[in-house]
Amino acid sequence: MILHSNKIKNFEKTNGDTFIEVVDLSIQYGGVWAAKDICLRIHKGEIFGIVGSDGAGKSTLLRAMATLIPPTTGHITIEKFDTSADRKFVKSILGYMPQRFALYPDLTVLENMEFFMDVFHMEKQKRGIMRNKFLAFTKLEPFSDRRAGDLSGGMKQKLGLACVLLHEPKVLILDEPTNGVDPLSRMEFWQMLTRMRNEDCMTIVVATSYLDEGEKCDRLALMHNSELIEVAAPVILRKGFADLEEAIIDRLTKTDRELAYDTFRR
Amino acid sequence: MSWLRIRELIRKEFIQLFRDAKSRRVLIVAPIIQLLVFGYVVNYDISKISVALLDHSRTPESRELTTAFTGNGIFYIKEVFNQNQMEKLLLEGRTDLGIIVPPDYADTIRIGTTSEIQIIVDGTTSNMASIRVSYAMQVLERLNSMLLQEFYPLHLTYGKIDNRLRTWYNPNMDSRYYFVPGIVAFVVMLISLLLTSIAIIKEKEAGTMEQLIVTPLAPVEFITGKTIPYAIISLVQMIAITIFAIIWFRIPMNGSIALLFFATCIFLMSSLGLGLFISTVSLTQQQAMMSTFFFILPIFMLSGFVFPIANMPVIVQWIAYLNPLTHFLIILRGVFLRGAGISVFWPQITALIIIGFLLLSGSVWRFKKRLD
Repeated sequence: MILHSNKIKNFEKTNGDTFIEVVDLSIQYGGVWAAKDICLRIHKGEIFGIVGSDGAGKSTLLRAMATLIPPTTGHITIEKFDTSADRKFVKSILGYMPQRFALYPDLTVLENMEFFMDVFHMEKQKRGIMRNKFLAFTKLEPFSDRRAGDLSGGMKQKLGLACVLLHEPKVLILDEPTNGVDPLSRMEFWQMLTRMRNEDCMTIVVATSYLDEGEKCDRLALMHNSELIEVAAPVILRKGFADLEEAIIDRLTKTDRELAYDTFRR
Repeated sequence: MSWLRIRELIRKEFIQLFRDAKSRRVLIVAPIIQLLVFGYVVNYDISKISVALLDHSRTPESRELTTAFTGNGIFYIKEVFNQNQMEKLLLEGRTDLGIIVPPDYADTIRIGTTSEIQIIVDGTTSNMASIRVSYAMQVLERLNSMLLQEFYPLHLTYGKIDNRLRTWYNPNMDSRYYFVPGIVAFVVMLISLLLTSIAIIKEKEAGTMEQLIVTPLAPVEFITGKTIPYAIISLVQMIAITIFAIIWFRIPMNGSIALLFFATCIFLMSSLGLGLFISTVSLTQQQAMMSTFFFILPIFMLSGFVFPIANMPVIVQWIAYLNPLTHFLIILRGVFLRGAGISVFWPQITALIIIGFLLLSGSVWRFKKRLD
């Protein structure tokens, strides 16, 4: 059984417009390979999930897509623009939310939003519209004068989302956005993501460690030991298993066994 | 580079700064404490010298010696009656000087020969000791010339030299005049160094730095937006301290305020550059704090703020001249006390510009390299 890094198979499955293309991506980071030979195509308007154990390289892959780490070999293009060569343009069409809450805790909800609009040079007429739109969208209106540091975990993540959406990106890159957020807020957060996909044809790449969230993705990439093991729709992944969790655990243990076997033979 | 973005970054910085109680305290309390410490507490001026006098002679002549000391107004005489008593006072640090007048004092000077009196000085604080001794010498010299006039009033066939000493720029040799202008330099440095590095580290710690890197904000814009607020604050502090020094401590301001302002601006290049450098080598606010004090202590010691550079070993003197604070202090004291103009300070100004340019550009380069 060949499970891991089946590049050709991954490419064949593509239908629709390729929006993000990752070609032979390897990243050496702090002396270790944080990503090895990753090939991937993400379509326009899909929610693409990345799952895998901790330290599997999910964050590295997302950070590379967000132009934060240059590829050691290979390249990534977003809407045909290279993340290294056309870094500046790529930055203007993407919204990236890092794993840790990254807004100014001593500024209010509104001040945070204003600041990000300033950084993106938003025109005056547009500002009011966008501000109201996202305050309503994230249901943060009643808290607009509250300091970001005083918000609950779920509200912080929503504010983070609002701040990266203000400049109307075409692709959203979210690194475990709902980590440590209560179930209800998580559900709301995902409702917002689904709405954006359906209404704005937003491309969303999201790393998650919750498999119920993985279920909500259009396609899932499974990462392990810095490698891409498989890319498929959740339905296909869990075929023959009780649920997604079992399916993924099964694949991870098999990969580990193969790796162990390989090492043993060598 | 977009000035609009920089302006918004600066505005955000100010909102955050004044909202944070901790940084508000640093901004207001630190300069006040330094002003008070250096204005009032650090003092090399001698206003009181306590003397233990052991008079074995007990004659009108020795009485005259005592009056010469007490007449000065600085000396406070406490009479002791034996050697042990004097030693005890010196040991306990309750007296600065001990003076022993020999039993034959009056007899010797009466016959026209030289009498020796013994002066014992507590040398534990060496610089104070030498000042006290020189004060005592002055008193004795005056007494000597008085005695000469008294005994040989008509024998003078020669004229004599009368020195009229004038101390320029600080007529009373007030050490406060020397220290207070230096506080301007010190506060400006502390504020710009510490707050700049902490402001940048805070963005690193909060993760907002990473968030900003994925926006169109360029590194140069980020650096400019992060340093300008602290440059502005430093200049405001400098003006406030200058005003306070003039009004409260009555430090003369003989030179041009514009020159002071200009000197502060070029000094800020070095100071902000160093702050930026510290932010590239530290990961947390505590580390930044530690590195700041790691840099500030030698900068402070090797600047001539307290210890004169001329007294340092030659190699250390060279290091002192690489220190931007050294040059800034020379300008400050010169402008405040001597009222010197820009033509006098061109070596210092050139040095400050070169050091500042190297420090700032090096740090910006290092900062940008670490961002990519």
